[in-house]
Amino acid sequence: MGDYWRDAENMIQPGRIKVPYTWQAGETASHYLTRLRDEKKILGKHCPKCDKVLVPARKNCPFCTVPTDEWVELSGQGSVDTFTVVRKGNAIQPMKAPFVYALIKLDGADTGFLHMLGEVDPETVKEGMRVEAVFKEERSASPLDIAYFKPIG
Amino acid sequence: MDRVAIVGIGQTKIEAAKERQNYPEMVYEAVKLALEDAGVGIDEVDNVVTTANDFWDGRTISCMPVGGVSGGYDKNISGVEGDGTFGAFYASCRTRSGSYGTTLLTAHSKGSESRKITPMITNAAFDPIHARCLGLDIVTACALQARKYMQRFGITEEECAQVSVKNHGNALENPNAQTPMNITVEDVMKSEMIAEPLKALDISPISDGACCMILANEERVKNFRTKPVWLKGVSFCADAFQLGDRDLSECKALEKAAEKAYQMAGIQDPRKEIDVAEICDAFTYQELMWTEGLGFGKKGEGGKLVTSGATAKDGDIPVNPSGGLLSGHPFIAAGMYRMIEAVRQIRGEAGGMQVKEDVKTALAHGVNGLCGQSHCVWILGSE
Repeated sequence: MGDYWRDAENMIQPGRIKVPYTWQAGETASHYLTRLRDEKKILGKHCPKCDKVLVPARKNCPFCTVPTDEWVELSGQGSVDTFTVVRKGNAIQPMKAPFVYALIKLDGADTGFLHMLGEVDPETVKEGMRVEAVFKEERSASPLDIAYFKPIG
Repeated sequence: MDRVAIVGIGQTKIEAAKERQNYPEMVYEAVKLALEDAGVGIDEVDNVVTTANDFWDGRTISCMPVGGVSGGYDKNISGVEGDGTFGAFYASCRTRSGSYGTTLLTAHSKGSESRKITPMITNAAFDPIHARCLGLDIVTACALQARKYMQRFGITEEECAQVSVKNHGNALENPNAQTPMNITVEDVMKSEMIAEPLKALDISPISDGACCMILANEERVKNFRTKPVWLKGVSFCADAFQLGDRDLSECKALEKAAEKAYQMAGIQDPRKEIDVAEICDAFTYQELMWTEGLGFGKKGEGGKLVTSGATAKDGDIPVNPSGGLLSGHPFIAAGMYRMIEAVRQIRGEAGGMQVKEDVKTALAHGVNGLCGQSHCVWILGSE
């Protein structure tokens, strides 16, 4: 047979798949995103069974498997639960490295809120640091209508 | 309940890029090795379970192209999307069901083919309405978890680095490992910072690899030439999907899965009764967290477990003598590779990786989802 691999060129087929899905937000997330865009408000929803306020607002409580009831308007302030300083960035990240991702415990909510920190020296970020949402001028009903969270007081 | 045993195993060498094989050919290599190991032909296989993921394979119905290389034609082929340990759970159910006496199962991933878009693929695991646009991927998400865990329990970066030293060192004895290395804690600490506190040598590599196992019920075990390795206990358990819905410093799903698997296998003191564990160390801190979750030490003692040498190859509870995922991480196949290494230990065929002569009980562990959302724990035994 001989070494047919040695004589061959290594063939690689490039992919052409693009996946322009559209995801229906549904009534609860649509309301949440509309208020985020139009009023710069972050909303949670309350679970009647475990009494937790879930943010971003959800139609059902994933812990109790019951529908949530009341909408809860949050102040947009909270504290850093955990964070990472991204040193080696990549193309899908909305900020240029170095920047900070954080899980933020918003005041009045029982679940953590994922976002980024801004107007901050990454070296000074600490767990428990108080932060506040900074909204973009131009908003499009996206989680990125919040530009980032910045340190306060 | 009917007993089921692993009677055949096959694994390809884990490599950064397998240029000579397309992905079904890579799976075929593992199938062929498993059939040879078991000493049977494909006729002895009653049904086939494949484990694959469409996004990693860049195609839809990714389980089906590997049906042909798994001897699945004219048989019932069914696919699992997730880690290989979950595929093994499904395969064991089928073998126990009475409908099939034997099951061949495969798992594969060719990470080299999606190397450029790896962050995009793991980013796609996030909720598309509320989180995906933030651009988090498996590395940045796990960095959030690493800090939370380390901060809460006072685990140091050096302790995490010790896992990298141990596992890359163990891999020197594993001919199938991708990145065997003789390194020091200092080397890990000096490696490129990716997302604090995770450095390049805290993170498992992108890999190509496939593996295969053949399961048989008690009646059919005698048809195989290998020493059967029995499935003694198993459980899997999932935690909340959204990262903000969990306390990231905890691994409750693993604790629950371990408790149930131990109960099923009749294990009361895991650290004493388990001879060796192969677990999913995609990141160094995860080996520490998971060893705690498995009850090898108290909460927050993961660092001590590695620095004291307890989890070393010659320690009292050896963890990842094969080198673990840090030394080669084919997604999807990851947990099944762990099971196969556990089988080799019980058979006494692990060569330089063998932790002791008479391994009776071994643990294998798989993870699916970000930051250890769900865990599968297997207890394998010689009797």
